[in-house]
Amino acid sequence: MLIPHPLLGLRDAEEFVYLGDASLMQRPDPDSPTALTDFCDYVFLRDNPAGVHRELWFHEQGDRSWLVVTRNTLTHEILGAELATDAARPTVTQEPSA
Amino acid sequence: MKFSALRVVKEALTGHKGWKPLWRNPQPQPDYDIVIVGGGGHGLATAYYLAKTFGKARIAVLEKGWIGSGNVGRNTTIVRSNYLLPGNQPFYEFSMKLWEGLEQELNFNAMVSQRGIINLFHTDAQRDAFRRRGNAMHLSGADAVLLDRDALRQKVPFLNYDNARFPIKGGLWQPRAGTARHDGVAWGYARGADMLGVDIIQNCEVTGFRINAGRVRGVETTRGYIGAAKVGVAVAGSSSRVMAMAGQRLPIESHVLQAFVSEGLKPVIPGVITFGAGHFYISQSDKGGLVFGGDIDGYNSYAQRGNLPVVEDVAQGGMALMPMIGRARLLRSWGGLVDMSMDGSPIIDRTAIDGLYLNGGWCYGGFKATPASGFAFAHLLATDRPHETATAYRLDRFATGHVIDERGAGAQPNLH
Repeated sequence: MLIPHPLLGLRDAEEFVYLGDASLMQRPDPDSPTALTDFCDYVFLRDNPAGVHRELWFHEQGDRSWLVVTRNTLTHEILGAELATDAARPTVTQEPSA
Repeated sequence: MKFSALRVVKEALTGHKGWKPLWRNPQPQPDYDIVIVGGGGHGLATAYYLAKTFGKARIAVLEKGWIGSGNVGRNTTIVRSNYLLPGNQPFYEFSMKLWEGLEQELNFNAMVSQRGIINLFHTDAQRDAFRRRGNAMHLSGADAVLLDRDALRQKVPFLNYDNARFPIKGGLWQPRAGTARHDGVAWGYARGADMLGVDIIQNCEVTGFRINAGRVRGVETTRGYIGAAKVGVAVAGSSSRVMAMAGQRLPIESHVLQAFVSEGLKPVIPGVITFGAGHFYISQSDKGGLVFGGDIDGYNSYAQRGNLPVVEDVAQGGMALMPMIGRARLLRSWGGLVDMSMDGSPIIDRTAIDGLYLNGGWCYGGFKATPASGFAFAHLLATDRPHETATAYRLDRFATGHVIDERGAGAQPNLH
């Protein structure tokens, strides 16, 4: 598999270490009254979809950046990749122009 | 269908025209007492023991493809009980004992061959860990022998003992371990279950669950709705997909594990040899093919095929361990889907939905568990209590902290 690194271009997946579902970036609120069960679900439960999956890959043998890679788990086709810092940034909703 | 020497002679003289299929091909009934989803080794064994040992009737096994098309036909056929932790080892030893009596139980040749398994060690620390593991195996009634370098060299002289990175210092040997013919296991259980009245329904994919007031009522399938008082799901590799239809999220990721077989060779490898440090293990089939594999590919996958980096890694591991296989030609390689659980151990338990039971999370080691998994799952389905060797395989152990983490790797499935 070749991962289209947003800064370095196509890189062999062997250069990367796989962590798992990109939703791991959204850590639960530790102050929530349901924090205990939220963290348990966060650590142990996964959607594990058959199909399109957003997942975290670490470019260990490269620039040591974290990427969010979108990949089809049924075919191994890679649909895109972005820096995890960009993916984690809150989306700015734009006002529709008049 | 039954076999006898007389029958073989008779069929030989009449052109083998009288042989019948080993199991029926029934139409699904409108409802059953117990429906097992998944006609793999575990599902068929579950149905068999439900009917045979627990005296249950009106049982169906629903299989998406055909019997033996999934992991029971894709594994590397190793049976062993060489675990460490108390939640695991008694269960696998129970399975080993069932393997030892399986052919008599089923009256079917599953080619169980107790040719032994050797786990290699390379350091003093690993030797101590294996000594401890051997003692844990003894405590469960299993057999284990710690071999030093000289004793090991007597048994398997062809290994590269002086590899610079991983010099071989000895191994932990379980003489009763070995291999079994995986297809024969599926066919034997299918035939046994069918003879006890279980309906094995192939080409019948479950597409949904009918759940009413927190209780399962039946399953929607590609061959229509089938009612069921109890539903047991045994679809390891696809557990998350199937249980998602019942609204359940599982502590499981699906990964792909590859396996390989070489051309047939004369007997060169006496038992099973595992080289954990090099991500490689190997045995030789009765046909002579070297059957070997290594690590999972390491990323979520439902593709039933892996990628080349792991092929290369496994080949390198084999060459590091036993350079003599370097000229053997690879005949086939394939991949199977495995349920990698969050602690590397399986789940046999009830679920949040009444009447819905789960058997999954077998990681890359489900084949050896087939008889005990079927027995324990049948016990749970029949009595609503876990079998005494499977009490630790709870679905809620992740929340309560009672994880069974042989590897000590934490909630990172691709490290188990």
